[in-house]
Amino acid sequence: MSRSLQGSAGVIATARLIAAKDLRVERRSRVLLNQVLPFALIVMVMFAFALDSDAVLERVAPGLVWLATLFSVLVMVSRSFAVETADGALDQLRSAGVPATGIFIGKMLALMAQLLVLVALLVGAAVVLYRASFSWEGGVLLVTTAIAATCGLAAVGTLYGGLAAGAKGRETLLPLLLLPVVAPVLIGATRATESAFGTNGIAISEGWPWFGLLAVFAVLFSVAGAVAFGPLLDD
Amino acid sequence: MNTSMSTKGSPRDRVTGTPFTRGLGILVLAGMALLIVLGLFVSPADVNQGESVRIMYAHVPGAWLAYLAFIVTAVSSAAYLWNRTRSLTWDRIAGASAEVGVLFMGISLITGSLWGRITWGTYWTWDARLTTTAFLFVTYIGYLAVRGLGGTHQQRARRSAVLALLAVLEIPLVHFSVELWNTLHQEASVAGRGTNVDMDGLMLFTLFLGVVVFTLMYVWLVLHRQRSLTLDDMLDDSGLDNALTARRAEGMKR
Amino acid sequence: MDNAGFIIASYIITFGAVGAYAIGVIRRSRKSSRDIPRDQRPWL
Repeated sequence: MSRSLQGSAGVIATARLIAAKDLRVERRSRVLLNQVLPFALIVMVMFAFALDSDAVLERVAPGLVWLATLFSVLVMVSRSFAVETADGALDQLRSAGVPATGIFIGKMLALMAQLLVLVALLVGAAVVLYRASFSWEGGVLLVTTAIAATCGLAAVGTLYGGLAAGAKGRETLLPLLLLPVVAPVLIGATRATESAFGTNGIAISEGWPWFGLLAVFAVLFSVAGAVAFGPLLDD
Repeated sequence: MNTSMSTKGSPRDRVTGTPFTRGLGILVLAGMALLIVLGLFVSPADVNQGESVRIMYAHVPGAWLAYLAFIVTAVSSAAYLWNRTRSLTWDRIAGASAEVGVLFMGISLITGSLWGRITWGTYWTWDARLTTTAFLFVTYIGYLAVRGLGGTHQQRARRSAVLALLAVLEIPLVHFSVELWNTLHQEASVAGRGTNVDMDGLMLFTLFLGVVVFTLMYVWLVLHRQRSLTLDDMLDDSGLDNALTARRAEGMKR
Repeated sequence: MDNAGFIIASYIITFGAVGAYAIGVIRRSRKSSRDIPRDQRPWL
């Protein structure tokens, strides 16, 4: 048990190490780049097939962006914990006395960074495929919304991913656990994005309360995750 | 050996029953019969809702008890996680209560949509209470799935207890966001129309009886399920090998 | 009675489902109790 990993400084150090490790794994394996991003894009194209109308697509573009994000979150969380449980790495980290809160924050930050890239790409796809557009002011709202929403999604994803990690049948269980919990994120992020895009003539100022909802969600589940992750892994 | 033969799973043996639960069961059956007679035949039709109010006597108590069941699950999960009261009994009570809650909630969703079809002309509306209820239902189905993940009893207990407490965090957020979504982006929902009930004495009594019957039913079901979960855990503990040897020995004796 | 089908169906679903669940619990526990001696049941 190394001394540098004790206390709150240890939590931060652990978080940085874990986040850097996860991002390094991604940089080398390119699973997000080569698999998840194309998957999200093809979902966006499929929505266009299903809805089959430019007017409808323009109207529902914000919802489709976040729906595609949710689908991708499921895949990314599975991936994030497949890396940890494949060689029993998570158990070894725990038995080496690494603080669980640090692991949680690290994995959450790495997931959040990847999600931000994904959302940026999906917004771009919405602009190209669904004729969405936004002003500078809308862009600010969009960026803050994306940060709050991905933070909430990453927190919940990491928490429930850790819960199901290592169990048989987790691939099918994760969507069932995760999707009901992130419903507020879907509602909030979609409404905020609608006002950023100006869908149906909604003003940008109407988007900020929804950002508030997303922020509350992100804070609540980040704290809950930091507290609950230890007991979850500690068996 | 003869005594053990007669107690091992013979139909006469009320495994999870005790004199208390048997009395309770008889009470539940009698109350159920009375509720059906009062609810379907004796009580009058409502001025606003007409005959459809009869569904309420089964629907409202079921929904209430489902909510109560989930509260019991959360409280017993907290009791399990608290070091001083840690006991697998709390975990099993939480599991049994969640299972009964899912059952009641599923029933209430069906009876509620039947009622909605008569009263509103539609099976479903997106009002916050209904939507939250649906989320609650799915969330606890997920909870039950997590209980079935395997591992040691302690692993199961800890995992599911954390999940039950997370649900306490999740449900108000879902309710709040659905409510926001509704008030800002939809016309006044259909809920509220035709829901005002002018209850006379007999109708109120029938509803009250429904709540009592469903509460007793809940207690009976949770007691039995909790005991059957205990048996399952004991069976796990004793190990498959043990059980197999015992069965073989039993077979030889015959 | 108007909508008698819906009303009766909701009663049948309610009590039928509860009854089926109760029977299921009893059968399951009877099955798992076969290999557990009676004196080990904590509630007796």
